[in-house]
Amino acid sequence: MAGDYEIIHHTYDVVVVGAGGAGLRATFGMAEKGLSTACITKVFPTRSHTVAAQGGMSASLGNMGPDDWRWHMYDTVKGSDWLGDQDAIEYMCREAVPAVIELEHYGVPFSRTDDGRIYQRPFGGMTTNYGEGIAQRTCAAADRTGHAILHTLYQQALKHHAEFYIEYFAIDLIMQDGACRGVVAWDLATGALHVFRARTVVLASGGYGRTYFSCTSAHTCTGDGNAMVLRAGLPLQDMEFVQFHPTGIYGSGALITEGVRGEGGYLTNAQGERFMERYAPNAKDLASRDVVSRAMTIEINEGRGVGAEKDHIYLHLEHLGPEVINERLPGIAESARVFAGVDVTREPIPVLPTVHYNMGGIPTNYHGEVVILKNGDPDSVVPGLMAIGEAACVSVHGANRLGSNSLLDIVVFGRAAALRCAETLDTDAVQAPLPQAETDAIIEHFDKVRYADGGTPTAELRARMQRAMQTHGAVFRTGDLLQEGVEKLTAIRQDFADVKVTDRSLIWNTDLVETLELENLIAQAVVTLCGAANRTESRGGHAREDFPERDDDNWMKHTLAWYDADGNVRIDYRPVHMNTLSDEIDPIPPKARVY
Amino acid sequence: MAKFTLPANSVVKPGLKYAAPDGAKRVRQVTVYRYDPDTGENPRTDTYAVDMDTCGPMVLDALTKIKNETDAGLTFRRSCREGICGSCAMNIDGTNTLACTKALDDIKGDIRIFPLPHMPIVKDLVPDLTNFYAQHASIEPWIKTATATPPDRERLQSKGERGVLDGLYECIMCACCSTSCPSYWWNSDRYLGPAALLAAYRWIADSRDEATGERLDELQDPFKLYRCHTIMNCTKACPKSLNPAKAIAEIKKLLVQRRG
Repeated sequence: MAGDYEIIHHTYDVVVVGAGGAGLRATFGMAEKGLSTACITKVFPTRSHTVAAQGGMSASLGNMGPDDWRWHMYDTVKGSDWLGDQDAIEYMCREAVPAVIELEHYGVPFSRTDDGRIYQRPFGGMTTNYGEGIAQRTCAAADRTGHAILHTLYQQALKHHAEFYIEYFAIDLIMQDGACRGVVAWDLATGALHVFRARTVVLASGGYGRTYFSCTSAHTCTGDGNAMVLRAGLPLQDMEFVQFHPTGIYGSGALITEGVRGEGGYLTNAQGERFMERYAPNAKDLASRDVVSRAMTIEINEGRGVGAEKDHIYLHLEHLGPEVINERLPGIAESARVFAGVDVTREPIPVLPTVHYNMGGIPTNYHGEVVILKNGDPDSVVPGLMAIGEAACVSVHGANRLGSNSLLDIVVFGRAAALRCAETLDTDAVQAPLPQAETDAIIEHFDKVRYADGGTPTAELRARMQRAMQTHGAVFRTGDLLQEGVEKLTAIRQDFADVKVTDRSLIWNTDLVETLELENLIAQAVVTLCGAANRTESRGGHAREDFPERDDDNWMKHTLAWYDADGNVRIDYRPVHMNTLSDEIDPIPPKARVY
Repeated sequence: MAKFTLPANSVVKPGLKYAAPDGAKRVRQVTVYRYDPDTGENPRTDTYAVDMDTCGPMVLDALTKIKNETDAGLTFRRSCREGICGSCAMNIDGTNTLACTKALDDIKGDIRIFPLPHMPIVKDLVPDLTNFYAQHASIEPWIKTATATPPDRERLQSKGERGVLDGLYECIMCACCSTSCPSYWWNSDRYLGPAALLAAYRWIADSRDEATGERLDELQDPFKLYRCHTIMNCTKACPKSLNPAKAIAEIKKLLVQRRG
């Protein structure tokens, strides 16, 4: 089997999988520290989905008025609905200021204030003085902040002569005795398989939005790293928490930044009412995303949606005037024109809550090291494996991420992973030979999928999965609905055995890529709905109509979900870290979450 | 008398035709360039009859529909599907653009889709962009400074200085511009092309960058820069409405001014 393939072997100190913001920051951070580092990515770095982030990156610079990292931390803990780990949140919010300064020094073209400092805009859930006022904390480069940051990080990677393996599809982790030893990847351009041996593999492979039919995520957001972790026999954490962004364009699902509301835009229903005033009297349209998405869904469900089918909501920014739009929101003006045929200086944008972000992922500590529950230790580190960015669940976002905390997360923890590797890796030690049987098994599985000759085309099965997730994993959930979804997904998982790959080639076989991605997506869809069915409370992005209240006594804990080769899911838990890292702030005790 | 031969695999032959599903009312013909590196056969153009009533509005929607429902082997790059990642650049209806933001309704008659022109083709609509990326890297597209950065805060930049970067920093490296340039077609081994030159000017124009002289030195070359003959195809092609031709003209102007 393995003999049928051209196999090329590599040895590095570190292999990073993924070249979005987190992967790039980690990659050149490692290179800067003198570690031999390879970055494997299935798309050219600047095409990673970080590029689509719009609104900005939060940091308490205080350029627009008083601010404090403690206020930012409070907002993030509250936004997480007290499921976030407070030590990690403290780390992120403290590091935010140096992180954004560092980015400016790298050359990110941030928008500026009149006195030449980085411009900051209001964003959902970001407040001053522990919830009292509205903070302007989100550092922006117009509404193309992700693009500006991703391109700058790529430039820095070029400067540091980072080694890239571009348009390589990572297939699986090579595990040995509970440690990660490397990764196998497939070079699309030549068709060769590459076996990477490394002291540490860093998964920076992003989220899995494409489990759903409608999402703001790119076609390539298939959570390949998450699925590799499941196949390695390790659990994923808090997968039931899926964020719906309030303002995806109706129809296409393309993103319209929360920055629109940060700059003064607002939502209306069919009666022209600014309904958010009823749901969040203080923050109104700038409540956090889960709150706004639920409010919009209720408006539509109660018959107050707009349009012929009364199935969406209007987002207004025409009152902002062309000057503000041109300077601060030019990108979404273009998106609205192309995808909704709307001139935003004259008409509202039709929008709908749309799957956007995965709070759940690979459990890690705030150094980026993967942790699991082992022998009663909930923080047991998996040797040789790290995860950062949307793939990871540190958890800094808990049950609901605040807008602009994601660009922050990727940069802070990308850097943290590099610092940790520099600190812990013994680069003089000889790396033992890789276990042949494990590598062979990975290639055998790849070969099996390549020659899959069933009766179900990949696209057909994918559409079934996406529709099931759209129906059963929506903004509001009930036990029956979720159970039905789990059954549908179980059938879909079984039907994967009947999948049909048409293209048998190895060079740029995107039919095979999509089929491997589908296998990855199905595993994540299953653990997402199983986790959601299991969690009998409402918290952050997980809203159960049959359990509408948050239940801290029973559920202030992280879900861990394992997925075995037969598709069985096993669930256990890790406690939420309620401790902070320093005595500069006390742990923030849970209380009712009102905006 | 000199004898010219066409390079191998350069003659494109008519290929397969796929009929529309029964009952399709609003059908359009979508013709797509196909090249299979494994067979080494000459490229061909396959034609798919696509039911527009069940197809999304963009060219990428049509390609995805064909791949999902008719021909899973059809190969193209795509990712964000909203015009920001630059993956799905191709030649559509005779013009280089992004498949994800090009509306089918904006094309008259049959829809003809080819890879970006004058690039080596890996498979179907996937060109080899190695040289394009190497040229971008060759202009050293990162900030260079001599003076120390302030330790605890950002460098200051006025709104006006920052405004100069609008229209420069938004490039998505899709390669629509460079591969639309006749000069680039003939001299892509030595002419950097509009995308790389736009990136070079983006740093020259940035008030924070302190390597303008060095950057201009590198560009003062009969090929790297001066193969631009102001044809303006780059600006016409750019799907983000940027103006690489103007950026190139600004570089030339700075070189003239520098001579004094």
